Amino acid sequence: MPEYILELEHITKLFPGVKALDDVHFNLKEGEIHGLMGENGAGKSTFIKTITGVYTPNEGEIRLYGEKVIFSNPLDAQKCGIAAIYQHVTCYPDLTVAENIFVGHEKIHKFSRKINWKEMHAQAQDLLDQLDANFSSKTRMGDLSVARQQIVEIAKALSMNAKIIIMDEPTAALSLHETGELYRITEQLRNDGASIIFISHRLEDIYRLADRVTIFRDASYIGTWPASELDQEKIVSHMVGRPLTKMFPKRDIHIGEEILKVENLSRTGYFRDVSFTLHKSEIVAITGLVGAGRTEVCESLYGITRADAGNIYIAGEKAVISDPVAALLHGIGFLPEDRQKQGLILEWEIGKNITLPVLELYSKYGMLNKNEEQEISNKLAKRLAVKAPNIFSCASTLSGGNQQKVVFAKLLARDLKIIILDEPTKGVDIGAKAAIYEIIGELAEQGYGIIMISSEMPEVLGLSDKIVVMKDGHVSALFTTAGTKQEEILHAAMVKNVYSSQGLGVDS
Amino acid sequence: MKMQLKGVSGSLRELGLLAFIILLGITVQIRNPVFLSLMNINAILTNTAILSILAVGMMLVLVTRGIDLSVGAIIAFTGMVTALTVAKYPGINPVAALLLGAGVGFVIGSLTGLLVAVFDILPIIATLGMMNVVRGFTYVVSGGKWVSSYQMSTSFKALATGKILGINNLIVIAIVVYIIAAYFINQTRMGRRIFAVGSNPEAAEISGLPRKRLVFTAYAIMGALAGLAGVLWVAKFASAQGNTAIGYELQVIAACILGGVSISGGIGKLSGLLLGTLLLGILNNALPLINISPFWQQGIQGITILAAVLTNVVVKRNNERAALRRRAI
Repeated sequence: MPEYILELEHITKLFPGVKALDDVHFNLKEGEIHGLMGENGAGKSTFIKTITGVYTPNEGEIRLYGEKVIFSNPLDAQKCGIAAIYQHVTCYPDLTVAENIFVGHEKIHKFSRKINWKEMHAQAQDLLDQLDANFSSKTRMGDLSVARQQIVEIAKALSMNAKIIIMDEPTAALSLHETGELYRITEQLRNDGASIIFISHRLEDIYRLADRVTIFRDASYIGTWPASELDQEKIVSHMVGRPLTKMFPKRDIHIGEEILKVENLSRTGYFRDVSFTLHKSEIVAITGLVGAGRTEVCESLYGITRADAGNIYIAGEKAVISDPVAALLHGIGFLPEDRQKQGLILEWEIGKNITLPVLELYSKYGMLNKNEEQEISNKLAKRLAVKAPNIFSCASTLSGGNQQKVVFAKLLARDLKIIILDEPTKGVDIGAKAAIYEIIGELAEQGYGIIMISSEMPEVLGLSDKIVVMKDGHVSALFTTAGTKQEEILHAAMVKNVYSSQGLGVDS
Repeated sequence: MKMQLKGVSGSLRELGLLAFIILLGITVQIRNPVFLSLMNINAILTNTAILSILAVGMMLVLVTRGIDLSVGAIIAFTGMVTALTVAKYPGINPVAALLLGAGVGFVIGSLTGLLVAVFDILPIIATLGMMNVVRGFTYVVSGGKWVSSYQMSTSFKALATGKILGINNLIVIAIVVYIIAAYFINQTRMGRRIFAVGSNPEAAEISGLPRKRLVFTAYAIMGALAGLAGVLWVAKFASAQGNTAIGYELQVIAACILGGVSISGGIGKLSGLLLGTLLLGILNNALPLINISPFWQQGIQGITILAAVLTNVVVKRNNERAALRRRAI
């Protein structure tokens, strides 16, 4: 019996233009819970899909019980006893729980090959009982809460006699009580002999469950340690790792009067009692884990979705923002996260993209004044230093960073006071990042108030004047950037119990 | 407790549909007592039999998140091919004619399935293309001519007019199709997996289901059923023409939607389908009976469909909000 039941060595996975995994190592002992940590985009999910056969690595070796294996599809991995419970639950909402558990390996009668519903429901119910789940195997999957769906996914893994179970951020969408339940089940699985890879952002998960911890950063392997040897600070520093470079120009701007006040904004099921203020020339960063409700808050500010309760004051006056047009009239602009999907029409020329939101400014009686339109887009493209032969180049031919600049140009074509940026530097290379930081700095200098959603600590600390930290739909802390340490923010985003810190989060 | 309540909402929808059908029936009956006579009921069922057979195939296709616009064309083509065969060999067994039609339909459906599943062409585009190709070939094989009643043997026409145990053959065939479909959908792995793929294609890929083969099967079955329907159509109307059943696929899709089949995949029940086709059939039959101008009939059909869909959307939205409220934030 080799020491490790699963070993991965020198795993590299390439996607067009991206190294998703770069010479990564991993090993799993029998009967352990192995924590896997890393920031968003560190390569954890790709890594999991490599183990489960969804992706085939470009380089490297996977060894199971000491023997080399190659998984060319998910079924291969399943047959070897590897099961994964994915971050976005891979369930079939319209089917019953029993069917979800046995999909792909349904129970059938020996001769008629008819589905053996009786046995399937009986076994499914057995598995559910084993997990102390108190719902019926005949329930429709879509009617279950996320927590219960996760239990079904675990039952699915058990039904395949999985020896290695991978859980990809299982606690991310669970409440405190449900999380406790999941801990119990996970430990039960380990005690029954399964080996578990547990991915999580939450430090409490890792301390509670993990025997050893492996940390990835920027698609690379950082190291593996016994959980007991890692204190909170070490984990955070291994995860973040990067030094704060000189990418952030030191600005000395006078912060002006209050232009936006958000008061107890709530939207059922997404966020509650969110309050903060924004001043002229101020940059407010909203940070927290993915799914904490950051984007949802900003979407409500921009009128994409409507908040159910709470008030928004713009320049001291109460404003109702029912849709993006109203938001624009109030001087609020929004730069979406996925700029390819929401921000740009890639098949169009740069110039046409820039003037799209303000076409009415260049038209008379429904006819476009092309010259004026081109003049404006030329000016804006130059102002943001978009690198392209001319404004007639197609947006799809630009690099990520340059596309980002075009999106900014598009924003500036309007008369705005407040700019909301959702993960402005996600997926752009380091050079483009610096360019974007410079743009943001300049915008603030010109008097715009900026709200920036970001998961990246260096840019949160380097750019912002004020930091709003969100956790589980609440504001868990509010910092003035000067003097705030990264650890404090991460603590508020990952560990802090929201309910005990209420009242702390809002400045008055 | 809440879970159970929500689980009912699917069948609640069917109960609502049933209630609406009964209400409609009563109203029409009061205005014209002929409506619920045995003869008229028989007429309604005979006239909806073909529609209901097609709806089964369309449901499978819709469940995979697809759509099939070539149904009308397949009906015309297979009807024409069978009619020409019957005209040339009058002695042919009617059952053989049925099998011929279904076989030809199966081949056409398989081609569509290949385009959609293997070549990843959007279903609406692939089937739009097939619709024109198949319709075109109908004119080619017939040379633009009709096959008329006198060219068909009596035994062939009896396919649609004959009776088994006092029940019209068309109704019997529809019942057989529904029994087989119920078995396929509820009792076989393939049937359940077709629903799984439609419910969440991405998850299907990750859990290793043969997505392509399943999608292909749905279109092949649709083709075979359309072929079968083509033969029945020709036998019923005792005439095969190039422009037979133009646009009929839209009726079929409408019946599915009325019956609660989700265009976005994964959801569909035979019981709902039966009610959906029945409602369309009753509307077609009852509106003339109570002297509603034919000009109004199509509009009323459309309004009924929209009302059903609208109710669905409202119920669904309320359910989603209720689910969100249960989330602890």
